[in-house]
Amino acid sequence: MLRLLSFALFLAIWWIAALFVGAAKLPSPPAVLNVIIAEAASGALFLHLGATLARVTLAFVLAMSLGSAIGYLMGRVKLADRLGDPWLILLLNLPALVVIVLAYIWAGLTEAAAIAAIAINKLPTAVVTLREGTRALDRSLDEMATVFAMPRWRAFRHVVLPQLAPYIAASARSGLSLVWKIVLVAELLGRPNGVGFEIGVAFQLFDTPRLLAYSLTFAAVVLVIETLLVQPFEARATRWRPRAA
Amino acid sequence: MRLEVDITGKTFRSAAGETHEVLAPVKFALQSGEVGVLIGPSGCGKSTMLRIILGLDRDFRGTVARPPEARIGMVFQEPRLLPWRSVEQNVRLAAPDITDAKLAELFRILELDAHRSHFPGELSLGLARRVALARAFAVEPDLLVLDEPLASLDDALAGRLRDEIATLVARRPVMTLLVTHSLDDAIRLADRLFLLSPRPARIVREVPIAIPRAERSEAELGRIKADLAAPPLESK
Repeated sequence: MLRLLSFALFLAIWWIAALFVGAAKLPSPPAVLNVIIAEAASGALFLHLGATLARVTLAFVLAMSLGSAIGYLMGRVKLADRLGDPWLILLLNLPALVVIVLAYIWAGLTEAAAIAAIAINKLPTAVVTLREGTRALDRSLDEMATVFAMPRWRAFRHVVLPQLAPYIAASARSGLSLVWKIVLVAELLGRPNGVGFEIGVAFQLFDTPRLLAYSLTFAAVVLVIETLLVQPFEARATRWRPRAA
Repeated sequence: MRLEVDITGKTFRSAAGETHEVLAPVKFALQSGEVGVLIGPSGCGKSTMLRIILGLDRDFRGTVARPPEARIGMVFQEPRLLPWRSVEQNVRLAAPDITDAKLAELFRILELDAHRSHFPGELSLGLARRVALARAFAVEPDLLVLDEPLASLDDALAGRLRDEIATLVARRPVMTLLVTHSLDDAIRLADRLFLLSPRPARIVREVPIAIPRAERSEAELGRIKADLAAPPLESK
């Protein structure tokens, strides 16, 4: 209920601002809605949304799985941490634009280059978060698992993974927003479809309603993913915790 | 089965770089069906000794011979339950082979029936300790290690749990090592008592109790207690 109210407030502010600024710079909500409906009717909206969503999914899964594995390793093994740390600092501070441009130069304007570039941008933050999570693992529970001779996989699943779950959820949440921001840049620079490409077109034509139509639709999709996937996962992973006030 | 402990020393290096002797030479052995009880002042190195015996700490001098196939049941000083698993899951994860009937019996004895599906965060410390006991019993251990399992329980419950430990020990040939502060618990359960010195710990005195556990009368327990209170000759 509160969420709906806050959304209504957002719409109201938008509408009032649109009246002051003028339709050329900030179109009113109905104008944007009309564009969304028109684009949806022609099918273009779904094509571009689908292309972007597919890239986000692939890059996200790639970065999360690889980043989690590397982060866990670096948290557990001192040598891996020492070897990996300079790379990590380099990747963390490398601007997304540099990675994307280099990927397109080296691998051509291909789908693989785009996805790899997006994944490389997300990878180091996943590594850092999971490394912290692994360092914070409770040694006394590890000892318990050792004494009771739990097989490795069972210990990982029931002792280690639940402790990492909040870190994975945090990394997924920040990662999703990061990937979603970067994917548009990659599309703008070198893909013939996707939300980023459409926004590039809208920019060239100064077509603000179209620009807002695409970005807001995608924001809505991200909101739905967050509500339907990320939050239930978090709720399940922390259901044993007494509720916070 | 037989547990042979022959630790010749253990040093600990503090964060400040100083080295401390934690354990002096300690040597004892335990047979199947025997209960050994370690009593000593707090901070004397009992927990360090247990960690070495369990194989959690390999940085020591000497040897610990433990049958490699021996199943271990352990009750740590803190319950060390998995907060994200229910009481029943906590027990089953340690003892996946336990039958439903045995689990039910264990929960009945330890009065945990009502708490099967609770999470550890919802339990009092006393209840959590009982779950830790259930977990240790459930694995049907060959070596049972109990690190102050009855601390912070009320007398009546502690007494009952003590009897349950005695019953379990009588039912299966298990080597039991109990660390406690309570002389009462010690003389009721022990086949052999090991009195430890302050840090670095060594065994000051070994007291065998020949009377079977079930037949120890109050009078005999009192006599053993009086005997223990007398200063041991070899410590002078």
